[in-house]
Amino acid sequence: MLEKALTGSKKYWSWITLLLILIGIGFGCYLYQLSRGLTITGMGRDISWGLYIAQFTFLVGVAASAVMVVLPYYLHNYKAFGKITVLGEFLAVSAVTMCLLFVLADLGNIKRMFFLLLYPTPNSIMFWDMIVLNIYLLLNIVIAWNTLAAERKGVPPPAWLKPLIYLSIPWAVSIHTVTAFLYAGLPGRHLWLTAILAVRFLGSAFAAGPALLVILCLIVRRISKFDPGKEAIQNLGRIVTYALLISIFFVALEFFTAYYSKVPGHIHGLQYLFFGLEGHAKLVPWMRVATVLAIIAAILLVNPNTRKNETILGFACAATFISLWIEKGIGLVLAGFVPNPLEKIVEYTPTAPELLITLGIWATGFLILTVLYKIAVSVKEEVAA
Amino acid sequence: MERSRRNFLKISGICLLGLGVKPVVHALAKNEQPQILPGPDAMTAKRWAMVVDTKKCVDDCRDCIDACHQTHNVPDFGNPKDEIKWIWHEYYGHAFPGQEHEYEAEEIERKPFMVLCNHCDNPPCVRVCPVQATWKRSDGIVMMDYHRCIGCRCCMAACPYGSRSFNWRDPRPYIKETNPEYPTRTKGVAEKCTFCVERLAVGLMPACVEACKHGALVFGALDEPDSPIREILRSNFTLRRKPELGTRPQVYYIV
Repeated sequence: MLEKALTGSKKYWSWITLLLILIGIGFGCYLYQLSRGLTITGMGRDISWGLYIAQFTFLVGVAASAVMVVLPYYLHNYKAFGKITVLGEFLAVSAVTMCLLFVLADLGNIKRMFFLLLYPTPNSIMFWDMIVLNIYLLLNIVIAWNTLAAERKGVPPPAWLKPLIYLSIPWAVSIHTVTAFLYAGLPGRHLWLTAILAVRFLGSAFAAGPALLVILCLIVRRISKFDPGKEAIQNLGRIVTYALLISIFFVALEFFTAYYSKVPGHIHGLQYLFFGLEGHAKLVPWMRVATVLAIIAAILLVNPNTRKNETILGFACAATFISLWIEKGIGLVLAGFVPNPLEKIVEYTPTAPELLITLGIWATGFLILTVLYKIAVSVKEEVAA
Repeated sequence: MERSRRNFLKISGICLLGLGVKPVVHALAKNEQPQILPGPDAMTAKRWAMVVDTKKCVDDCRDCIDACHQTHNVPDFGNPKDEIKWIWHEYYGHAFPGQEHEYEAEEIERKPFMVLCNHCDNPPCVRVCPVQATWKRSDGIVMMDYHRCIGCRCCMAACPYGSRSFNWRDPRPYIKETNPEYPTRTKGVAEKCTFCVERLAVGLMPACVEACKHGALVFGALDEPDSPIREILRSNFTLRRKPELGTRPQVYYIV
């Protein structure tokens, strides 16, 4: 089926070229990082994880959210999602790939990356995260590829696929839970040391991922003959609505615990993010934008009249995605390091090469997504014709 | 099975995967940690610990810092972002955050508090390391293997004392005088104080303890009831940093 990705319109090839250019620039910057070390990033002894790990964390959520189309279709036999499960799974494939690339970009010693396999360490959450992410990637590739191949041939998917599909459902939950455990089990990092971090992650993931999927469905419908279906898009919209409201609720819970108990450690991180701490307020404008976008999205999504309008739905989903990207893909990871263990405040600004590497990895993800979606959509067009 | 290029490639793929599993099996089968072997004069203990007597510590004195950093080839980049430090000064409010109050004695506010790795009994950095590049020895010292570290910096996020440093860049050009007795590090690995295991192995006290003219640093075996460190702990009120986190730090402070 790969050959389907090799034929396309001029627009398709221009998009691919653009992505390849971004990947090339990112890779060039990565080579620079490889020779000079991570000193070329904005990270330092106080903010020791930056944009890379933050993107990784956010994208694990996008990957996990594929379960939001897989579960209703396979467990509840909700037919409207049948057409888009493969889109959800391919989105997961590209998102997990980006996750893995971000982790690799963040490693100080890339040539030793196989030590992770050579010295398996079950007490380390990083070790488990590496395992669950790789297996999740494999599961989604195998499942999506085989269902699509069966669809193309007009036969039902092979029977051995069913257990894998069922396995992929709890597995999706596991990848984001384990990723949350990377943070939620660290003593002394108060912003992260919260038992609801894993469910908060899942909540925001199930809003951000399906929001992106709605946008992708709308794009697919516009540029191809394949229609994901009004009902499927509307129901994705409902999932985004509930998940967004739940994730806003979770953040409100954090605020209550911190500000009612008045325990300084609990307050500091949130204060730094939303109001500024002792005059340090670099992330405040970002968090304000995220808050405003979340409120606008929530209003537009809750109101059935606006949600049913696909243009407004698309806008609300974009607002949701950007808002949650700021919350998790910037704020949460960085603010966990503020103040530092010695209660000093150091702020972080990513450098140009760091931004370009980040952009390059996003472009790699979108390249994979484009190619996989091109194949899926071509097969679906072929079957329909 | 049908003989086709497709099947051939499939089987080759599976075979390659099988080869990849071999080293994992090897690793699971044997798992020994590298060790610094004790010499004939080696100092040994079941539990090493340190007392920092801040009453004896003198303002602006850097003897212990310089001794440690010279002994261990700690580079000086001249910028706080990339900074590597094994032992350094903090003021009371930073060494013991949350303990300070507005009406503190001026003397306490001004005093330098030496901070270093606490060699926790329950070290979070060891728990999170995905490759066992850092581990707790049987004598309680939390060790680092610079050749194992992959540079993921989980340990830096996990340490609640900010005691871990990372080689954000190649440290070698920034070492003033290289001590050939101790390895230099490469870029991309974490490091920290090791209670001078390499010196203990030849019967020497940690470099910082040896360098302190005022006797402010006391190092010894906690498991020996008659050791000087136990005597100090018995006769003084001591504090540990962030004991509420359950890490059981083994550096004690007399304030």
